[in-house]
Amino acid sequence: MSLIIEPDFGTPASKKIETVSVEIDGRKIEVAADTSIMRAAAEAGIDIPKLCATDKLKAFGSCRLCVVEIDGRKGTPSSCTTPVSDGMVISTQNEKLNRLRQGVMELYLSDHPEKCEVGSACQVHGMAERVGLTEVRYEAKKTHLDIKKDESNPYFNFDSTECIVCNRCVRACDEVQGTFALTISGRAFDARVSSGGKNFIESECVSCGACVQACPTGALKEKNLLTIGAPDRSVITTCAYCGVGCSFKAEMKGNEVVRMIPLKAGGANEGHSCVKGRFAWGYASHKDRQLQPLIREKITDPWRAVSWEEAISYAAKGLKEIQSKYGVDAIGGITSSRCTNEEVYVVQKLVRAAFKNNNVDTCARVCHSPTGYGLKQTFGTSAGTQDFESVEHSDVIVLIGANPTAAHPVFASRLKQTLRKGAKLIVIDPRQIELVRTPHIEAALHLQLLPGTNVAIINALAHVVMTEGLADQKFIDERCDQEAFKEWAEFIKRPENSPEAMEAISSVPAQLIREAARLYASAPNGSIYYGLGVTEHSQGSTMVMGIANLAMATGNIGRKGVGVNPLRGQNNVQGSCDMGSFPHELPGYRHISNSDTRAIYEKLWGVTLQAKPGMRIPNMLDSAITGEYKGIYIQGEDIAQSDPNTQHVAAGLSAMDMVIVQDLFLNETAKYAHVFLPGTSFLEKDGTFTNAERRINRVRPVMPSKTGKSEWEVTCDLAKALGYQMHYDNAAQIMDEIAATTPTFAGVSHAKLDGEGSMQWPVTADAPHGTPVMHIDKFVRGEGKFVPTPYVPTEEKTNRKFPLLMTTGRVLSQYNVGAQTRRTKNNVWHDHDTLDIHESDAEMRGIKDGSWIKLSSRVGETLMRARITDEVAPGVVYTTFHFPESGANVITTDYSDWATNCPEYKVTAVQVEPSTSMVNVAHHGETGDAQLKSIVRMANQIAHNIPALSAPEIEVAHHLTQFWTPVMRQRLQEDVDPSELSDVVKKALELVKQP
Amino acid sequence: MKLFIPGDSAAQSIGADEVAVAITAEAAKRNLDIQIIRNGTRGALWLEPLVEVEIDDKRIGYPNVSVDSAPQVLDGTHTSIGEVEKFPWLAKQDRITYKRVGIIDPLSIDDYQAHGGFKGLARAKEMTGAEIVAEVTESGLRGRGGAGFPAGIKWNTVLNAKADQKYVCCNADEGDSGTYADRILMEADPFTLIEGMAIAALAVGATKGFIYIRSEYPTAISQMRKAIEIAKPLIAGFELKVRVGAGSYVCGEETAMLESLEGKRGVVRAKPPLPALEGLFGKPTIINNVITLASVPEIIASGAANYKARGVGKSLGTQVFQLAGNIKQGGIVETGFGITLDELVNGYGGGTLSGRPIRAIQVGGPLGAYFGVDKLATSADYESLIAAGGMLGHGGIVVFDDSVNLAKQARFAMEFCAIESCGKCTPCRIGSTRGMETIDLIISGKDVAKNKELLLDLCEVMTEGSLCAMGGLTPMPVKSALANFPEDFSENIQGGK
Repeated sequence: MSLIIEPDFGTPASKKIETVSVEIDGRKIEVAADTSIMRAAAEAGIDIPKLCATDKLKAFGSCRLCVVEIDGRKGTPSSCTTPVSDGMVISTQNEKLNRLRQGVMELYLSDHPEKCEVGSACQVHGMAERVGLTEVRYEAKKTHLDIKKDESNPYFNFDSTECIVCNRCVRACDEVQGTFALTISGRAFDARVSSGGKNFIESECVSCGACVQACPTGALKEKNLLTIGAPDRSVITTCAYCGVGCSFKAEMKGNEVVRMIPLKAGGANEGHSCVKGRFAWGYASHKDRQLQPLIREKITDPWRAVSWEEAISYAAKGLKEIQSKYGVDAIGGITSSRCTNEEVYVVQKLVRAAFKNNNVDTCARVCHSPTGYGLKQTFGTSAGTQDFESVEHSDVIVLIGANPTAAHPVFASRLKQTLRKGAKLIVIDPRQIELVRTPHIEAALHLQLLPGTNVAIINALAHVVMTEGLADQKFIDERCDQEAFKEWAEFIKRPENSPEAMEAISSVPAQLIREAARLYASAPNGSIYYGLGVTEHSQGSTMVMGIANLAMATGNIGRKGVGVNPLRGQNNVQGSCDMGSFPHELPGYRHISNSDTRAIYEKLWGVTLQAKPGMRIPNMLDSAITGEYKGIYIQGEDIAQSDPNTQHVAAGLSAMDMVIVQDLFLNETAKYAHVFLPGTSFLEKDGTFTNAERRINRVRPVMPSKTGKSEWEVTCDLAKALGYQMHYDNAAQIMDEIAATTPTFAGVSHAKLDGEGSMQWPVTADAPHGTPVMHIDKFVRGEGKFVPTPYVPTEEKTNRKFPLLMTTGRVLSQYNVGAQTRRTKNNVWHDHDTLDIHESDAEMRGIKDGSWIKLSSRVGETLMRARITDEVAPGVVYTTFHFPESGANVITTDYSDWATNCPEYKVTAVQVEPSTSMVNVAHHGETGDAQLKSIVRMANQIAHNIPALSAPEIEVAHHLTQFWTPVMRQRLQEDVDPSELSDVVKKALELVKQP
Repeated sequence: MKLFIPGDSAAQSIGADEVAVAITAEAAKRNLDIQIIRNGTRGALWLEPLVEVEIDDKRIGYPNVSVDSAPQVLDGTHTSIGEVEKFPWLAKQDRITYKRVGIIDPLSIDDYQAHGGFKGLARAKEMTGAEIVAEVTESGLRGRGGAGFPAGIKWNTVLNAKADQKYVCCNADEGDSGTYADRILMEADPFTLIEGMAIAALAVGATKGFIYIRSEYPTAISQMRKAIEIAKPLIAGFELKVRVGAGSYVCGEETAMLESLEGKRGVVRAKPPLPALEGLFGKPTIINNVITLASVPEIIASGAANYKARGVGKSLGTQVFQLAGNIKQGGIVETGFGITLDELVNGYGGGTLSGRPIRAIQVGGPLGAYFGVDKLATSADYESLIAAGGMLGHGGIVVFDDSVNLAKQARFAMEFCAIESCGKCTPCRIGSTRGMETIDLIISGKDVAKNKELLLDLCEVMTEGSLCAMGGLTPMPVKSALANFPEDFSENIQGGK
């Protein structure tokens, strides 16, 4: 157990393949052409003194410590800025060079504190010692030693007295992060690092920590170094925020985290980080952490702290009683995308083997389930096609319904670097997100569509490709299903899909759509990145397929720089889906109806599995309200805050007899719980997360579990208490079971991951180190399948009463429901949600910036403060859902994606009025049979979205059997007035009835 | 009656505009029909305002005209230097680059062409890029900004670089004290620079160019802008623009100039990459000084052989020397390399203005060496000046009489650097301030021997360790002062003379 110091080669690696031979200090060295002398030496183990050079940044040549002599050349060039050339003979050490280095250090020390507050974390004194400087002879009059420290940032200080003006912070902010918040002000001796003339907290700084990491002195350092002290050991692990999945070194002092340092060897982040992963992990030791199990009989009773044994047996007893009274299907479980693959796997196993049903769903239901569905249909696998590095090879990037600078900041930095090198960006988003225009970046095109009209735009783009001769016919002919293509081509070329026809629907000028299509289609490498602005719609799955169609039609699949890439919201959305969390799928996206797949698990688990799909989260809630569903085990998801139509969720949960919540905190959902099982933070977990690029990263416990148990152990205990024996010695054994049963994970084990760092699935015999880019020679499903994607408007429409369209999203400093980030100092940046509204809409209503407003929709109303901005167009409003008190989801509706039930968070018709009251949250009551209403709506929606081909009823029937529970199908057949159903649904029902 | 009254900044600074007004008024009073041309200066600055009257194709010069003496010019009774062309100070010079300076109406393209303008460009248009580059290489033309790098070799690098865009940038950030050759040329004969740049663009395949002029040169800026507008049709295919500096000396360093042109802080870039390969906006770029580029039209028009016939050794062609400081006859002297410093300062310059003996001259700007009179026999060319421990720089020579204190001058060198350093590299950023403080200690007599040793150590760190010539050359005046004038640094002479 010691500190891990990653080597610093001083300058980035050369991208050249050819090598040259040089001689450094008498040693013959073979290195890639264009490598700096400094790096060539470092790779050979010769460490040339340096302070301004670091291998994350381009060579700068300012400190002048790394000077060398080259035979046949004049002077003493800096080795960081001088590339090697063949036959070069270099000396890095001699009397003269040493004299120069001492001279430089003597100058540095003449304007540097005699003792540094952060000790050896400041390299200046150490370097002076290393070059043999013993005395500073200058009688310095002018110094910077009296500059006041800037302590305004909650996580780090800027102490200019220690600053050597090496520019590493400024360069990191420019080159790595791309925010340009830092600069040098003044020149000559007065040149100082400046956060734009303001202190850090008021500056443009986004607290990504790149400058702090880059700083070789004590000038920019984490406050914890002063309050906790120097770390003594480090553990490499993975961030638990967004789907980028950054690798970090947790630097520890005892069992306390001093700081998290992004790992340069991290496959996803390559040494970069954002304010959340870098700094906002203090929630793990927040006083609100509930560390002891709790139980109660009724949700109105006070909680009672009990032992693990008592809590588990109480929970098991409740579940057993429900099953004996209401049947095996009356309970279920929800897995969490915040948990490890191992924890998720064990929960779905609990449901399938111990609950003996398929009522398992995941929080991915409410975010990326349409991605799973759409990409599976078209490409054959439910995952993004590329690694993150791929974007650096893109010429044109289409960004749809995603706001990476806030939600996927480390990917955003990579994207910005690519854009600054000349790649072009097309933004398709109702909001003017930061990437539309930010320092040194401007999107080539911004298609500012109305919320809910994604499919109109994607169809119009494809229409242009197909009617203007922009398609890659060779790719289509060689790689795609010809039948399906012909059908799709006929559909997409119809005038109803033209930009001119879609202009009226989307409010995007046809000419702009045409330009965007031409730009993307004509790029040598065009890639598409998208977020929840694509999936969280009534046509989320249609849109995902529309994106896949467009990528296939232009041949943008199967190599670096192209592809279709969902930006996953949570750390392990990909993994939780991979692990069989969906009610219709076993791990590895294999349908539950497949008896061969079932047999693998039945044999291993010693049980018989149900062959029919189980319930999705909304089905569970609907059935709870109708009294058929009574118990639930929810691991790490706060459905009462995160799921739409809060009042409906509350009604469902309230109707249950046994709600078991496993979480770090007593969250909103726990208000309805009978058992609370303490969960573990990522700092205590052992396992793996799988990020948006299918990269399986190790999560390692940096401290012992604060609850005394691993989460998967608790799940196993619950299984045992239910009478099903489930035991693992450690998390690695769980992964071994996953690998043994799931072909795409065949080559994965903790031991192998520890060796490789990370791997992207599929990891198979053919790809033992993983698969960075998918579908290279052929699609996973064989031939790529084009799917017609008719635009069907959402039923959520504006009218006189609700004239505005509301959409939702995230800010940089907060994360989702805020359970973690709200319990950190990140509140400095954002301590309440606001409703973003355009000036014209605000003015019309007499709303001022910062004033309280009442926000109401057809399902509820809430209060929050207005923020007037032109980031939204007139007619559109926007809010975040980080704070429970603002209750954004009190407003959102039950509408959902036709194929997956992913909620339509991104479109709600609302009204906004000034409010004098600050008392919050009212909702409109619900009447009637909610489940039946959903069933009718969903069935008709499916029929609308499956295009009128030769026999659409077959497709609809297939969908119903694939994804609907038998109970739902039965109700559709028996309880629904047929006059409420479309003809296609009626025909489909006939087919379903047939054996 | 045709009169020439310089519109040059130096002439203006001592009343040329007022003289022009006075002459106009006087002529009106006398009902005289006169035509006034605001030419550039002839370079004999000590004669300014030098009014010329053209009579029978001869231009008669009247020096140091004032508002009071203006009427005498019209009378022909004003003190005169006779026919200007034959005035010995000018007549014995060898004006190639400055061929038209002071003679023509700066913004008259007809006048320019009548005096041989655009002949070089016309010939260049008949040549391939490689042929132009070969001609420039053959001429021996070296960078006149100070570094003395062969222009042809630089051009050849840009010619052979493959890129979708190339640039030609003219460095007109003439910041050296005692230099003004760039300014005078831009004010007096702007088309020459434009023609030179257009030829360079043709040679390497550049389509865009910038002239980076220091903000302290408002007349040159407006003159160049007007000239570019006028010349546009003649340089079609080459888009030329003026960019104005923001008061930083370092932006005269070529990479800092590129940063400034790109809209960034004017700080020096590390080389490599060479600007010839990765220059402005990362594209291959020719960067030359005004005089270098303005020498090109005549080289192409009259051929390399004609140019290289002048000069000595590896210093071929002519140099536009600028005499300044405590000097009697300050101004522009263009002549072949090889003239001695003595001929320049005592011959052309006529010794000090104060009449006291010369004690020191500084050659090559604020970062050039201080020579004592013992070095006056040195030939003024690149190599000989280096051998003497100095440098030619941009060709400015500043003269000091025996009242100068070289310790204070050494301090001034460090002070200049402490003000003008871009602040990027450590030796220059901190060293200049520490150098100033250390010389102060020496001047005050504190631990003189120890501090002299420290100063010399610092000079080595700055010379060998600095990123660019700013920090690298600042020790040159300091060390030359220490070496050539040790008595000014001795413990006994506290506070100097």
